[in-house]
Amino acid sequence: MTFRKYLVLAGVTVFAAAGDSMLSHGMKQTGNISLHHLQGIILALLNPWVAVGILLLLAFFASYMNALSWADLTYVLPATSLGYVLLALVARFVLHEQVSPLRWLGIALISGGVGFVAGGPALTSHEPPLLAKNATNGAPAVGGGSSAQHDVAAASSGGQP
Amino acid sequence: MKNLYTWGGILVVVFASVVGDVLLARAMKQVGDVHDLWQRAGLWAVVSRVLGNPIFFLGVTAMAVAFFSLLFALSWGDVSLVAPAAASLTFIGNAFAAKIFLHEKVDRRRWIAALLVAAGVALLAG
Repeated sequence: MTFRKYLVLAGVTVFAAAGDSMLSHGMKQTGNISLHHLQGIILALLNPWVAVGILLLLAFFASYMNALSWADLTYVLPATSLGYVLLALVARFVLHEQVSPLRWLGIALISGGVGFVAGGPALTSHEPPLLAKNATNGAPAVGGGSSAQHDVAAASSGGQP
Repeated sequence: MKNLYTWGGILVVVFASVVGDVLLARAMKQVGDVHDLWQRAGLWAVVSRVLGNPIFFLGVTAMAVAFFSLLFALSWGDVSLVAPAAASLTFIGNAFAAKIFLHEKVDRRRWIAALLVAAGVALLAG
């Protein structure tokens, strides 16, 4: 785990919490959407809170895809569950919704799960990414197939004056 | 009736999210570490490789269903209930789905995390 990767996980957390909160605030302004009046969705999209919320969720999506490219799904999700704490704080102090003690306890338990996952490996899936097959890093090659690659590399470098 | 709508909305969000998360995770594993790819071949290579992946589009479609269900659910219930409940139940569904479909090694550490989240969800609903 590098600083850059922690930054990506922080981005997933903050963008998701901020985006959801702004959407909620905007949707409370536009009122309930009914299945019989679907044009309400179009009106909701014109609300600035909803629009900015959607932009933030797009930023969330970009960081999320970034994280999923190098970490397990079961690592990325709990590692970013600190967002629930952030969400509760926003709901309480910005949206002025009631957050009961039981809900606070629930939020604490959820974020407690972070500690159990954060200490483990980020990537455990067996299938190597397609990228690894094409990667030309300087790792020492082992096995019969790779010695052929060495021959090719040696031949091409030997061909240069 | 309002509670029924809220929880019905949450369940639809959870199902669509799990399907979307698994498809997107698989697509991004096929793409590989985007930072490495970006440094080797540039941003355009990252964008074209992601957008050229059909599994990515299936995942985005499922996520779009989840997103609009979330809009409905958020207009019926409090954000501090709907958002954590949907996300946490999605997390538990994802632990099973990731083990079955993505072959991730969901060890004891990760199951304990799932149980903590499950307990948290139960309290959020109370």
